[in-house]
Amino acid sequence: MNLLGKLSLDAIPDEPIILAADIMMVLVAVGLVAAITYYGKWKYLYDEWLTTVDHKKIGVMYIIVAMVFLMRGFIDALMMRAQQAIASGGSEGYLPPHHFAELFTGHGTMMIFFMGMPFLIGLMNIAVPTQIGARDVAYPYLNAVSLWLTVSAGMLVMASLAVGHFSDAGWTGYAPYSGIKSNPGVGVDYWIWALQISGIGTTITGINFFVTIMKERAPGMNLMRMPMFTWTSLCTNILMVLAFPALTVVLALLSLDRYVGTHFFTSDGGGNQMMFVNMFWVWGHPEVYILILPAFGVFSEVTATFSNKRLFGYASLVYATMVIALLSFTVWVHHFFTMGQDATRNSIFAIATMIIGVPTGVKIYDWLFTMFRGRIRFNLPILWTLSFIITFTIGGMTGVMLAIPGIDFKMHNGLFLVAHFHNVLIPGMLFGLFAGYHYWFPKAFGFCLDEVWGRRAFWGWTIGFYFAFMPLYILGLMGMPRRMVTYDDPAWQPFLIVAAIGALFVAFGVLSLIIQLIVSIRDREQLKDVSGDPWNGRTLDWATASPPAEYNFAVIPEVQDRDAWTDMKARGVAYARPDKYDDIHMPKNTAAGFILGALSFVFGFALIWHIWWLVAVSGAAMIATVIIRGCDDDTWFVIPADEVKRREDKRFEALEKAGVV
Amino acid sequence: MSHGANTVHGASRPDTIVNFGFWVYLMSDVILFSMLFTMFVVVSDNTFGGPGGAELFKLRDVFFETMALLFSSITFGFAMLSMHAKHKGGVLLWLLVTFIFGVLFVTLELHEFYELIHEGATPQTSAFLSAFFTLVGTHGTHVTFGLIWILVMVGQVAFKGVTPPVASRLFRLALFWHFLDIVWIAVFSTVYLSGVMG
Repeated sequence: MNLLGKLSLDAIPDEPIILAADIMMVLVAVGLVAAITYYGKWKYLYDEWLTTVDHKKIGVMYIIVAMVFLMRGFIDALMMRAQQAIASGGSEGYLPPHHFAELFTGHGTMMIFFMGMPFLIGLMNIAVPTQIGARDVAYPYLNAVSLWLTVSAGMLVMASLAVGHFSDAGWTGYAPYSGIKSNPGVGVDYWIWALQISGIGTTITGINFFVTIMKERAPGMNLMRMPMFTWTSLCTNILMVLAFPALTVVLALLSLDRYVGTHFFTSDGGGNQMMFVNMFWVWGHPEVYILILPAFGVFSEVTATFSNKRLFGYASLVYATMVIALLSFTVWVHHFFTMGQDATRNSIFAIATMIIGVPTGVKIYDWLFTMFRGRIRFNLPILWTLSFIITFTIGGMTGVMLAIPGIDFKMHNGLFLVAHFHNVLIPGMLFGLFAGYHYWFPKAFGFCLDEVWGRRAFWGWTIGFYFAFMPLYILGLMGMPRRMVTYDDPAWQPFLIVAAIGALFVAFGVLSLIIQLIVSIRDREQLKDVSGDPWNGRTLDWATASPPAEYNFAVIPEVQDRDAWTDMKARGVAYARPDKYDDIHMPKNTAAGFILGALSFVFGFALIWHIWWLVAVSGAAMIATVIIRGCDDDTWFVIPADEVKRREDKRFEALEKAGVV
Repeated sequence: MSHGANTVHGASRPDTIVNFGFWVYLMSDVILFSMLFTMFVVVSDNTFGGPGGAELFKLRDVFFETMALLFSSITFGFAMLSMHAKHKGGVLLWLLVTFIFGVLFVTLELHEFYELIHEGATPQTSAFLSAFFTLVGTHGTHVTFGLIWILVMVGQVAFKGVTPPVASRLFRLALFWHFLDIVWIAVFSTVYLSGVMG
């Protein structure tokens, strides 16, 4: 018996580019460990971060994960753009085909699962509990479990760069190409277990935040008084709970095909590959809205706040969000109009798809009317929002074009499609996440982000987006398929060069974001916000200190209006000192979440490399961890009223000194 | 943060909230099973020259399996009644009876799988059998995890007694156990009854 399964020294890649990336990765890791040791921060790291169940800190860690993968996913994109800019008319470019295939697979997988998802879940963690006037999420420990599962899944993707290789089957991993016959290597297994582990984390997050929003709202906050971001998060959580099990199943069945030799999606044995595509997109289309609805919530908060106006058409926004959530389950076939269903079936899904444009259009108008005659302050969050409204509308229109099966037959698997989904996901999701990042950063850290570098980042991304993706629409119309490592038609090259230049603009935007963070940390004293409310916010999240105390609210506020904080400010009860404080019950820190994450990494890695004894050991250890934690009756502690008073007095002192009250 | 001294016993979250989340989890599990049912129904005729349900399933054996699981649900109900009566011995007794019925169910299922594989009807034979083993096996895996959970709760009741946190956990275990019963009814009807009828 081989104790290492399929693992051997051959797993270390010998391609120079990948090897260089590996060395970089190892150097960064070693540097981090060295720095933490040098500054003696291990205990701090363990006590305050690795074992925390505080939703604010968990949110920050989610966003750090997202930023790391934004860099990695973006480097992949740059490499692909560079390859396609030169690989014309007989030139091979600089990337071998299998590496190119791993790049587009990795880019899609990382941007969706390890950039978009952690980013939006991070924002939810930072904002939702405070927006509803809660002290924490419903299940703080499970929140940590979700985080560490996501991190461990991300680490698997990272590991694939150094040990073995990643999948080359596209981020959708269509069978039978992802099956064992066509794809016997470990790449698809890396993809499967990374998605499976992070997917389970996401399902738990969905349950957690659904219950949090339904059950933990402050008194007086009925559903129609919830902030818009909380509403869109609620819909996203519902979609997570209902859609993610479909991904779990489709991945599990593909694993059985690969590991056990079953015939779900194989070409022989009576397998049905169409079922893979169906089940994948039964999850995949709701996933699009899981990604985009929280961003819509951010845009709603930002538009109202920076226009100094109540959100226009609140009820219509709520209904539009709910309708989108519902319809998102009725359109999945539009991802494969060409797969051979009859015209009637395609028409039904085409019409459902076009109908989704209606509630989305309602939202766009609501945001426009909110700004109409508002006194708009052009800070960073609203800049991203404005760019979103214009750019996303173009993407929405090309989406309606693709929803027509006749057109889709021509565009399927072409660059028009690639241009379309980047045109909705980048402004729709990413710009929203950036708006939220700039909007809530002062809430999480107590100081704002630098405006100058923020503007540079904004223009880099916006201009870069148009240069990078508008040419792809034209190329799509010219007939260029997606995922081409080389091509013969020289007429395509100029457009691909323009797209590559666009990617460089975006690179400037990415770089500016990094510089912005460094500059802001350097200038944090000048950028400091003592009030906890730097934007003249409207919702309860701005009623807390920045960063909020671990219990968020010393006294749970009474909500009397939809814009609860604006209303409190108008009534003169904002920043009012409570008459008395009570003891506060808070969840204790626990290492169980981190341990489960670490074990799930080992479990996934062992499965990928067929190291069966390690699968058994780590699996048993995970069950044992869950049982031990599950038997613990002693998971809460009390912050006594005196201690609360001491901390709050300190805050009021600072507020008085700053002249806020 | 100073955790040590100021400790409160028992969760500070009301049970209603924790239980609500467990219901939501069960709903997501419903989706999981419904995907497997869909897969099974779609490929149930894809026997690829291998045997079909009519030749393979022995309703008599499945009947005993079903009875074992249904009785285990009743006995779990008795455990819950004892719990409400604060009768520790009763809880332990009925949990153990439930456990025995559960083990019986899993054993019968494994026996059925063993026989099928012995007859050459393996998960690798055809898409139909792949889906059969996976759907029934997923339910069986759930039951197995339920059995582990029962043992953990037996331990907790034995050592801690029926304290509020233990009672709260027993309630969710009961939900889980009855839920698996309901899923089994669907398995029995969709897989075995339809299979035997051809």
